Amino acid sequence: MDEFFKNNLMATVQDIEIRDSAARAAQAAEDMQDIHGEKMVLNMGPSHPATHGVLRIVLELDGEVITKADPDVGYLHRGDEKIAENMTYTQFIPYTDRLDYLAPLANNVAYALAVEKLLGVEKNLPPRCQYIRVMCCELARISSHLLGLGAFAMDTGAVTVFLLTFTEREKIYNLAEAASGARLTTTYTRIGGLMRDIPATWCAQVKQFCDEFEVALAEVETLLTRNRIWVDRLRDLGVVSKEMAINYGLSGPNLRGSGVDWDLRKNQPYLCYPDLEFDIPVGSVGDCYDRYLVRMEEMRQSVRILRQCVQKIPGGWANDAKEPVSIPDGKITLPSKQKVLSSMEELIHQFMLVTEGVNCPPGEVYFGHENPKGELGFYINSRGGGVPYRLKIRAPSFVNLSIVGEIMPGAMISDVPVILGSLDFVMGESDR
Amino acid sequence: MTALEAANNIKAKFGDLISEPMEFRGEISLKVADAEKIVEVCQYAKSIGFDYLIDISSVDNYGEDPRWTVVYHLRAIVNGVEFRLKTDVSEEKSELPTVVPLWRTANWHEREIYDMMGIRFSGHPDMRRILMWEGYPYYPLRKDFPLAGKPTDLPGVAFTRVTPMEGGPFVTVAGGNDSIAREPRVRVPETDEVPLNARVEARADNKALRGQAFGPGPIEKK
Repeated sequence: MDEFFKNNLMATVQDIEIRDSAARAAQAAEDMQDIHGEKMVLNMGPSHPATHGVLRIVLELDGEVITKADPDVGYLHRGDEKIAENMTYTQFIPYTDRLDYLAPLANNVAYALAVEKLLGVEKNLPPRCQYIRVMCCELARISSHLLGLGAFAMDTGAVTVFLLTFTEREKIYNLAEAASGARLTTTYTRIGGLMRDIPATWCAQVKQFCDEFEVALAEVETLLTRNRIWVDRLRDLGVVSKEMAINYGLSGPNLRGSGVDWDLRKNQPYLCYPDLEFDIPVGSVGDCYDRYLVRMEEMRQSVRILRQCVQKIPGGWANDAKEPVSIPDGKITLPSKQKVLSSMEELIHQFMLVTEGVNCPPGEVYFGHENPKGELGFYINSRGGGVPYRLKIRAPSFVNLSIVGEIMPGAMISDVPVILGSLDFVMGESDR
Repeated sequence: MTALEAANNIKAKFGDLISEPMEFRGEISLKVADAEKIVEVCQYAKSIGFDYLIDISSVDNYGEDPRWTVVYHLRAIVNGVEFRLKTDVSEEKSELPTVVPLWRTANWHEREIYDMMGIRFSGHPDMRRILMWEGYPYYPLRKDFPLAGKPTDLPGVAFTRVTPMEGGPFVTVAGGNDSIAREPRVRVPETDEVPLNARVEARADNKALRGQAFGPGPIEKK
């Protein structure tokens, strides 16, 4: 199978002449200058298939050329930060599933790590727990990028890609279900560990997924990467320069697509990422095509990480040695049910943890996590006790969306779904 | 350059305006005594390499004076050094200068703080609400705003044109007679029974509306 795709790729290698769509749009605007007409305001969204959720953009048009774009967010605002102030740290974990609902496992890990940083225990996490969390993060990354890519390609007219990516996503949902019991709202992490250990067959399933996924990804690659229409529509569109990306606070693949070599997994390593080998892809131009290429390569790197984790996971696949997956501290993680029912101390721990939550010290921390969409950060302001005084979510989609008003003017109206697809945002996270 | 060195550098430049660096869990925080000077401090931080504004957030110290704390998280992309700037704003003033000229990303962060806490940013190019809708009268992240929310005079739905197909079988009129009755999970607290009559009536209503029989008839009580 591999040979086939290699040969096929080789056969299609050719120079593609790129027509600069941004220049074309500017030229069109210039040509139209003498024709006096009214500008039209077009309301796109909040319920439009190409806005990937409930984003509304107010477009000001001169013919087909966009002269102004004003994104309007907040249609999915649920007040997550307010809710967090009214419940214990553990109770908020299910709400993190609903931030970036395409990668709930990664959100769970990000939030747990933030609270563990506040507790000062993130270095004490058992190695098996760290490996499982990394695998969860990378599966979530693949899942999120696959959806972004499938929807992106479908908006551009390539429906086949959507079918391929969703077949693979289904397998990731099966893996999430095997680990956590739920396909979408996983709530898999706990403060100080995991809800439970992975089943004995899980690593084998992950390995099998990697094998199958690489074939599917190669097929997507042959469909898109050197596809004339795809390249024509993506190249030189929505260009974000390095300085602009930093100035607008972009993060994740959008920042790296603009050529900034920044990845929290490498630059501020957490969990067991320092033990794993992987590369950070970086774009050169900062257009939609670069952001697409970065995501494609990130998925391949995630597979690489998954393969290493499967090989190196402490305790082995079946965990015969009974390696712990949670910090064995009764003040942070729940004791086993058997001990609760047979020992006074554990009973008290269980009671305190459930009724009052994990007792956190007063102070404030910020933890940024490399989520599929970018840097998901939690700023926790604690005044002690089991409830945060203030919890601010730094949502990557929210920040990435703020650049829309800057890069849309000059593009054509048919470029809107392409630019939005390449930014790959999710409104559940943006609006919180 | 470590975060502590950078903090001391800023402290040396501004003197008493900046507090001693505070460290917690390996993170450095600096407090700026005068909120009006926040732009100068940020400008200097940017000039010594802190080119990336991660986030701006706000804290409501309800019952204390000054009431608001605005928190800036800065990062130097080249070496990954981060630190935090904090400044207090009194409730009477509820205003501080914007940092949008330094970082464009501040635009939406400051709009969000205005929307959620009601702290204004002077000189901001576009000080509108962002998550809540224009005209909403409260600031929901304030500690004196209840979790359950407050009623407003504004209609829940911003657009009041008649729904297409209203009166038909697929459109439930909000607050309408049938909207509660035809919900099959409704329970009567006293008997904890499905209010059968209500359901039958609702079906009859629908039948009358459509003018023809649709689906199974009324359910017989066992």
